[in-house]
Amino acid sequence: MIEVTFTLNGSPTTVQVDDTERLLDTLRDRLALPGTKEGCGEGECGSCTVYVDGLPANACLIPTFQVKGRGVETVESLDPARLAPLHESGATQCGACTPGVALTALWILDQPELLKTHSLRELMAGNLCRCTGYNGIIEGIRKGLTEQAAREGRD
Amino acid sequence: MAIHQPSTLSEACALLATHNRGSDRDLAPSPLVPIAGGTDLYTHWPQRPDEHAKSYLDLSGIEELRAVRWRNDSLTLGALVTYWRLIQDRTCWSALPMLVQAARQVGAVQIQTRGTWAGNIANASPAADGVPVMMAYDAVVELVSSEGREEIPLADFYQGYKQMRMRPDQLIRSIRIPRRSFLFQRFEKVGSRNAQAITKVGVAIARSGAGWRVVANSVAPTVCRCPTIEALLDDKVTVRGPDDLATALSQDIAPIDDIRSTARYRRRVLARLLYFALRESCSAFE
Amino acid sequence: MKRFEGLEKLTGRTLFIDDLPLENCLWGATVRSPAARGTIRQVRVPNHLEGSGLVLVDHRDLPGPNVVSLITDDWPILAAETVRHRYEPVMLVAAESRAAARRAAAQIEVVVDPLPAALDFRQTPTAEQIQVGDDNVLKQLKIERGEVDEALAAAPIVVEGEYETGAQEHVYLEPQGMAAWLDGEVVVVHGSLQCPYYVESALTRALDLPAERVRVIQAATGGGFGGKEDFPSIVAIHAALLAIKAQRPIKLIYDRGEDMAATTKRHPAWIRHRTGLSEEGQILAHDIEVVLDGGAYVTLSPVVLSRGMIHAAGPYACDHVRIRGRAMMTNSVPFGAFRGFGAPQTLFAIERHMDVIAKQIGVDPVKLRRLNLLTDGQATATGQVIDDGTDRQQVLSRALDLSRFTYKRSQHTAFNAEHAYLRRGIGLACFFHGAGFTGSGERAMKSLLHVAGLADGRVEVLSASTEIGQGTTTIFTQIAADQLRLDPEQILIAQPDTWRVPDNGPTVASRTTMVVGRLIERACDNLRERVGLDAAATGTELQAALVAWHEEHPDEELLGSARYQQPPGIEWDDETYRGDAYSAYGWATYVAEVEVDLRTYTARVIDFVAVQEIGKVLNETLARGQIQGGVVQGIGWALLEECRWQEGGMANHQLTNYIIPTSDDVPSIRVAFLENPYPHGGQGAKGIGELPLDGPAPAIFNAVAAATGVDPRVLPLVPERLMELIEQ
Ligand SMILES: Cc1cc2nc3c(=O)[nH]c(=O)nc-3n(C[C@H](O)[C@H](O)[C@H](O)COP(=O)(O)OP(=O)(O)OC[C@H]3O[C@@H](n4cnc5c(N)ncnc54)[C@H](O)[C@@H]3O)c2cc1C
Ligand code: FES
Ligand code: FES
Repeated sequence: MIEVTFTLNGSPTTVQVDDTERLLDTLRDRLALPGTKEGCGEGECGSCTVYVDGLPANACLIPTFQVKGRGVETVESLDPARLAPLHESGATQCGACTPGVALTALWILDQPELLKTHSLRELMAGNLCRCTGYNGIIEGIRKGLTEQAAREGRD
Repeated sequence: MAIHQPSTLSEACALLATHNRGSDRDLAPSPLVPIAGGTDLYTHWPQRPDEHAKSYLDLSGIEELRAVRWRNDSLTLGALVTYWRLIQDRTCWSALPMLVQAARQVGAVQIQTRGTWAGNIANASPAADGVPVMMAYDAVVELVSSEGREEIPLADFYQGYKQMRMRPDQLIRSIRIPRRSFLFQRFEKVGSRNAQAITKVGVAIARSGAGWRVVANSVAPTVCRCPTIEALLDDKVTVRGPDDLATALSQDIAPIDDIRSTARYRRRVLARLLYFALRESCSAFE
Repeated sequence: MKRFEGLEKLTGRTLFIDDLPLENCLWGATVRSPAARGTIRQVRVPNHLEGSGLVLVDHRDLPGPNVVSLITDDWPILAAETVRHRYEPVMLVAAESRAAARRAAAQIEVVVDPLPAALDFRQTPTAEQIQVGDDNVLKQLKIERGEVDEALAAAPIVVEGEYETGAQEHVYLEPQGMAAWLDGEVVVVHGSLQCPYYVESALTRALDLPAERVRVIQAATGGGFGGKEDFPSIVAIHAALLAIKAQRPIKLIYDRGEDMAATTKRHPAWIRHRTGLSEEGQILAHDIEVVLDGGAYVTLSPVVLSRGMIHAAGPYACDHVRIRGRAMMTNSVPFGAFRGFGAPQTLFAIERHMDVIAKQIGVDPVKLRRLNLLTDGQATATGQVIDDGTDRQQVLSRALDLSRFTYKRSQHTAFNAEHAYLRRGIGLACFFHGAGFTGSGERAMKSLLHVAGLADGRVEVLSASTEIGQGTTTIFTQIAADQLRLDPEQILIAQPDTWRVPDNGPTVASRTTMVVGRLIERACDNLRERVGLDAAATGTELQAALVAWHEEHPDEELLGSARYQQPPGIEWDDETYRGDAYSAYGWATYVAEVEVDLRTYTARVIDFVAVQEIGKVLNETLARGQIQGGVVQGIGWALLEECRWQEGGMANHQLTNYIIPTSDDVPSIRVAFLENPYPHGGQGAKGIGELPLDGPAPAIFNAVAAATGVDPRVLPLVPERLMELIEQ
């Protein structure tokens, strides 16, 4: 066992883990944060998406020892109010891919300048969804971007 | 088994000198496995319990390896530089655009933010996408160990399937890519879908004052330059269609059938990718 | 109404079975067969595992018969003497951690003496390969109407064609998983599933327990698509067996690799058409043969075969039809329920065949379909007279308009003449999908549903229909609220639990909104009557009446109930396969526009239009989402998804090698509905869930044919396959 200290959803956290344990298992099994899902364990599906130092990453590929001293945020930290446009557009059906989708979507909403170089579909390609056909997700983000731009215009 | 988390390169080299040196690596009590982004090492982790018992050398705390250094004549990437880091670098878009093109086609964002260029080289997969573009740009790999540093052109780095000119006590410290002006450059990746796809066949092409470089992936035991094709281009041999490239290609590549594609497909498609790309810039292509 | 549980899902608060803590539990794992077929010589448990506190279960521990109860009693819970497919379960282990269980299972070796395996369902099995009856046929069916041979002989034109479709893996994002524990005398199973009562009946039989001693509760379920219709029964039995043996709670959760390797998939199919036509293209006779790969055990193959055959002649009028079908036993993983249930396979064949005919006789594919589409008063292959008032020509016209079909076609001609290596094409498919159970299925099922009036004036719907992402909870809330004139907040939907909800049938066959929704309406009416109100009562009046009733009857339950009633005029003969196969059909035309890259032989869908008539659309966002999700699954099936078989096992059982579409592989799916309310469906709705799987593949194949001039007939059309066609 080793001890790892990092910032989790804004709070300093110390946890004892098996030496090579995955961040995914640490979050789910030791820190009681089951919002991060395991859809494949091979980096393909993105259900295990978390932010590490603000960037989306797959928790199934991250050894917990590597988040020592870093900031990790999980779906549990998201502001529900910001997810409303996704809700309204049908971005979720069964919900298994959804926490990962929500994290990547809000990351895009945080930096709309990404869309100068990337399409939404390219940015979302790391989150497999078998239910929605992606339309609801893409529309939800687009709606969020529009609402956000309107709000910023007003302020 | 143990996890080592050095914060400097010299510490890391010292650890490797202790654990990974010796004529027969297997005799060492517990050789250290370097880990950078973990995107190769950690896939299917629960299904590979033997890997859990190994000792790891975590490179992620060595800040000096994160540097991206632009000089007038070169770009140097520290071993921890990720794909995403270069995608965010506007200089790279204009100076060495194939790096950005390849980076954007590695996995998807969640892989790009963790995966490193050095890890791509050291993983030594024939399907690696970072390697062909770096090789076409004449990248040089800088290796370090407690005994000193050494530079090896990436084009000479692989000796066979997963065989590299790198000792177990060495690390990739950086990758140096010369800046040149290019008359032509093109990266083509064919995977089984648009993102999250391992390359079935791919090619990076560059033409500069240094001549033609044609580097293919997923068509041989290692990512490889295609010297016969390069010579054909240098010699301005007339090419009338993709089939005219087949003979030259067969001397350069040795594709196989596997779970992702067939040798036949790889051969044909590589010829066609080359033909249609080169037709845009070579008068010898009709 | 927005999805009821949408925000809970978006914020990660929905807990799936793997997310739920289970006190003092052990972890289960499954030891599986390494061979496609053979005799089990030995199961080698290494010495260090014996007496290590590990719990082991094999077939000798079964209290009841060694069968997973479904249609035929051939599917063993744990293989005893022989194995019939790779990855067949042989032994179960339970250990203190997930990793320990996995490790132990990997160390136990099943030694099999191999026997000749039947691996190709298209080939007649050799004598050594016969394992079922004298021909390996699991099920055989025939639909016949009119004088087919005479009509074919008399037809001026006969067009033949053979078509093939591959297996498809569900890839629900949440893998299979169950928890099981003992609550005194009662075995409780909680997990990811579509049909609680299927699991209940499988459990009572396997454990030899009366229904009172078995309780099945559905947990939040991360997708099903049919994959959680049949298979959860076996996972549930396995978990329960371990719990009984260990006398401890058990969690049995598959990882992705195990799920893809060991669970059921869509049936591969081979279909042959012989079609007699007039010079103008009117269909005069159909002679169709359908062969399905059933896999190692029967599971639901007879029903899949039957639905496939009923849809095999397409939405076209024809008086002389013969459809012969069989499902073959092979030594691969059993094929089972998958969204569409055989219809995507046969509709692919007929709709691709329609374009083959059009080309062969020189008629425009749109015209050919217009000429043959069913009009009210005409009959389907089973002799069902269609009379639902839907304007099927209008469905087609709408799809052509939205996709600008004719304009695109002329544009493509110019584009293709110009471009060095890109080729564009557009293609369509007209189809239909029967909603609800086939034939007399609904009548036999006798679904029962309750709504409870609660003491605080709220109303709870007690139904066994599950939410698996398709929106059951939202739709049921909406239907009950509308029917009772209540605010949706006042409606509760019970979590399906066999101790709390009656059996209103499985959540399959696109029947939930149409059939069960209608039951909710009637049960709501019944509740209102029970408190002495009539249909004019307001929600406020009803709530006051509920509160008053409970004051008068403390501790009593107030239930409104409804039992399934067959819509009038429905006749079906299971012996002859004649009559009204479904009480209602959804009708659709889908159009795909593709771009083929001749450098890489890759076909990519660049635009997709899905127009359908599905009765009344109850919730636009949910309905659109169902269509878009189904279409994208269909695109995957058509172009990307290929199970690579090795000794009857899926070799590419990883998400990195089994390729489903990402957001960057598909265009925006444009959806339009025509609404023709169906009087016997909940709020006028017909089924919708499976329909969207039927259209994409043929539309895409027709578009690729238009773009390149080749004649693709084998699905999936992966680039390696398209290359061979183009290079021929
Ligand atoms: C879902 C998914 C999709 C992917 N898609 C692609 C793709 O499209 N194209 C592609 O090319 N790759 C792809 N990969 C593979 C992987 O992301 C890349 O190869 C990546 O560059 C590896 O970098 P890393 O830092 O994560 O390596 P790690 O996993 O940390 O290490 C990989 C290997 O390199 C060694 N190593 C790492 N750093 C050093 C060093 N400095 N010195 C010596 N040895 C070192 C390690 O010991 C190990 O053997 C994908 C992976 C996943 C999981
Ligand atoms: S579980 Fe991590 S990417 Fe699928
Ligand atoms: S909502 Fe079910 S997988 Fe995305």
